[in-house]
Amino acid sequence: MKRLKSVNDFVIKFANVNGTGSASANNLFAKALFRMGLPVSPKNIFPSNIQGLPTWYEVRVSEKGYLGRRGGVDIILSVNPQSMAQDIREIEPGGYFIYDNTKPLDLRLVRNDITVIGLPLTRICNEKYQDPRQRQLFKNVIYVGALAALLDIDFKVLTDLVADQFKGKEKLILPNIKALELGHQYAKDNFDCPIGIRVKSVDKVGDKILLDGNTALGLGAIYGGATVAAWYPITPSTSVVDAFEKYARRVRIDPGTGRRNYAIVQAEDELAAIGMVIGASWNGARAFTATSGPGLSLMSEFLGLAYFAEIPTVLFDVQRAGPSTGMPTRTQQSDVLAAAYASHGDTKHVLLFPSTPKECFDFGAASFDLAERLQTPIIMLTDLDLGMNDNMSEPLEWDDSREYDRGKVLSEADLDEMESFGRYLDSDGDAICYRTYPGAHPEKGAFFTRGSSRDEQAVYTEKGEEYERNMLRLLQKWDTIKEYVPAPEIIASKEPTDMAVLYFGTTEASAREAVDYLAQEGVALDAMRVRAFPFNQEVEDFIDEHERVFVIEQNRDAQLRTLLMAEFEFGPDKLKSVLCFDGTPISARNIRKQILEHLPGNNVTPLHRKVRANGVGERA
Amino acid sequence: MSYQIPKFRHPDLPVNDLGYTKAAYEGSISTLCAGCGHDSISGALVRACHELSIEPHKIAKLSGIGCSSKTPTYFLGKSHGFNSVHGRMPSVVTGAAMANRDLLYLGVSGDGDTASIGMGQFAHVIRRNLNMVYVVMNNGCYGLTKGQDSATADEGSAGKKGDVNPFNAIDLCGTALQMGATFVARSFSGDKDQLEPLIKAAMSHRGFALIDVISPCVTFNNTPASTKSYEFVRDHAEATGTVDFVPMRQEITTSSRPGAAHEVTMHDGSVLRLYEDVDTLNPFDRRSAMMALMDQQHEGNILTGLIYLDKSSRDLHDVLETSHRPLNQLEEDELCPGNKMLVNINASLR
Repeated sequence: MKRLKSVNDFVIKFANVNGTGSASANNLFAKALFRMGLPVSPKNIFPSNIQGLPTWYEVRVSEKGYLGRRGGVDIILSVNPQSMAQDIREIEPGGYFIYDNTKPLDLRLVRNDITVIGLPLTRICNEKYQDPRQRQLFKNVIYVGALAALLDIDFKVLTDLVADQFKGKEKLILPNIKALELGHQYAKDNFDCPIGIRVKSVDKVGDKILLDGNTALGLGAIYGGATVAAWYPITPSTSVVDAFEKYARRVRIDPGTGRRNYAIVQAEDELAAIGMVIGASWNGARAFTATSGPGLSLMSEFLGLAYFAEIPTVLFDVQRAGPSTGMPTRTQQSDVLAAAYASHGDTKHVLLFPSTPKECFDFGAASFDLAERLQTPIIMLTDLDLGMNDNMSEPLEWDDSREYDRGKVLSEADLDEMESFGRYLDSDGDAICYRTYPGAHPEKGAFFTRGSSRDEQAVYTEKGEEYERNMLRLLQKWDTIKEYVPAPEIIASKEPTDMAVLYFGTTEASAREAVDYLAQEGVALDAMRVRAFPFNQEVEDFIDEHERVFVIEQNRDAQLRTLLMAEFEFGPDKLKSVLCFDGTPISARNIRKQILEHLPGNNVTPLHRKVRANGVGERA
Repeated sequence: MSYQIPKFRHPDLPVNDLGYTKAAYEGSISTLCAGCGHDSISGALVRACHELSIEPHKIAKLSGIGCSSKTPTYFLGKSHGFNSVHGRMPSVVTGAAMANRDLLYLGVSGDGDTASIGMGQFAHVIRRNLNMVYVVMNNGCYGLTKGQDSATADEGSAGKKGDVNPFNAIDLCGTALQMGATFVARSFSGDKDQLEPLIKAAMSHRGFALIDVISPCVTFNNTPASTKSYEFVRDHAEATGTVDFVPMRQEITTSSRPGAAHEVTMHDGSVLRLYEDVDTLNPFDRRSAMMALMDQQHEGNILTGLIYLDKSSRDLHDVLETSHRPLNQLEEDELCPGNKMLVNINASLR
């Protein structure tokens, strides 16, 4: 058997039972590698459940800095007998299976092409600890200690991390270090350490940070000046508001009175949540809600109101696998069309697509400026993979000289100088009109906000020409919006080429890696990451300049491709789909394989026909 | 369409403490059917706001969808208004109230907008005790879609088409009591002497104040077989008692009659005097209020007047401990912690 050998380049997957405290131990492992200067990308693969079901934690380590899912697993650390059969099957030939051998391995599971390493975790815990809860918690820490020996992790980095982690709860530091040592010692005494796969300190992370997108987004809302958050709990968006609240408690308490400079309302449902955001924004506060697919569906009617009545609205949608309840704890990018055209009648909404925690923070804060400047809903589409996993990211920054753009709002003094005020009068020619906050002026500026048709003075009308004029102005505003939303990011291939890839959001890391692989194989591809809808001119030009564009996305129906075709009228032949929708983040290997299948000369079966013929089949 | 009321007024019209005549509180001409109960309620709202000397622009009027929800166009033309979506006015008011605690929030809804499509938001805005006045113009039917029964139509009642309603009615006052409302009143659009003081009291209450106003639909539900007709309500209204509302600024002695059973000082310093007619009701006891509602319903009567008042009401801002200054007036330097904090956060994430 040929054992896998590598330094700083592997995938390890922890197979745990949820509710057993494994998350913090696994996190300790990933963070230790990060502190050794290694790019890591940990991903939780967890059930919609609180206790007792299988949960996994996959960590990709890549000195080259590839942070997408690679596909395949080199090492499994298994402490969950429930999923053991499946876990063993998943290991790449030559890989390693590390498990709790207190109970001997079922002979039927043995594979001859992998290395099996047994750690008597339960036995050690039973000998060392009396308390059942401690036995369970320390079991996790012990295997991290053992991995430190097996993979040659700097032990001091681990102990320093433990000290940081339990700052303020110093009593817990020593017992945790002790548990790490137990595992470390056992592995050293019983195996040749390190095994074929190992780590070595490097400096490949610079000043980067490890942070989940939802926390970054919650912080973005703080920095963006949000004072009202209205929401309904839903995975995977809940931690956005949790983070907002955590930091608000820290920085938004009035020093004089001790009272809160923010209000968080947990609504009765998503309809109420978005209604509250609209009410607060109408009244001059910066407000937001965070939700996921099912919530977005419920919010549709109100989004139409905000579009038509032109009320700033900020909505963060952390996408998960749909339709319906779908797979609530798995990732997808499948709300694109539902968000872009949410609500009945002719509506279109601004979408932002962040791909890193830094962008979650930046776009999160910018959403409030955009919403107030453009007086329309801003829907940010992030996803579970970005939102709930620690992602390596550029550090967060705030330019202290920056000022909020509160948009076109008339003050009492402005109104005093005006002869008349028309809420929906386009006096600047950019299709964005002036608004007033309730209570602004005793005599002037009051108007009636409504979802029904009205004239430029906000007075109800059923005249077709007035209605049409207003709808055309909204379309003209759509053009103005293109100047404000983030431009795409374009990365040109080293070789000239007429082929390109186009992607958005969390597909970025895997797409970039796949483009590198393909370049090595002689397939040159330009790349564009779309960061917003409406699409700017650059998006159209880029597609125009290429013969063939592979649109990579994480949904079944090629939703971004549909949006591109709807907005630009490109023919279907030009845009080829590369898709992944099994609920796991798309991998570089998958993208490479699908692009190769599409290349001229290869025998290409369009995806939809293949799916019909074979079922989804093997595409990962 | 909206039609403006002519601006000409009699020069000697009385002015309030702010120097405004009643005209400053009026809106456009109503386009509802002649004789609609809703117009009487609009009139009562105009008079109440005028007499209370509330600055018109310090009121925000919000509604859902339906005949009732159209009325905010017909009063308080100097106030911002918001005609939102069907059944969702409470959430919009909640957001607005969070943004600026200094305005007076007047929500206008109907029985369809509240008891059917909006039942969930109605229940939850009560539960949160949002500081607002919630007026239901309750006619037991859907007017704009031509007379279907609503969820507050009484079992056995029949409208213009003659079909007898087979379903139990939702009693909004009973529901509000159950959900924890801190001010519950019912009135009749045809009884302005009762309605106006109730509106004033509701506006002085800190917390959620419901006024369920039976407001006959002259077009679809004013038939002899309807229990929401002018005639039926006049014959069957059983008032809890009468209410005198004495604004904070007024001398208590002048207009008040003797014999008040209770005198309540409201949050803003005004005084509410209650004269009892239903002697089994203690309006400060939720169980007693519930019992009185059910007793009168059992007798085939409609209990009107102030039904319940919680004198120790704490509104949502109290519960959330929000800043005394409106959140929409906070400045950028109070909201944004600046780059220095990010430097520390970054350091903790390495």
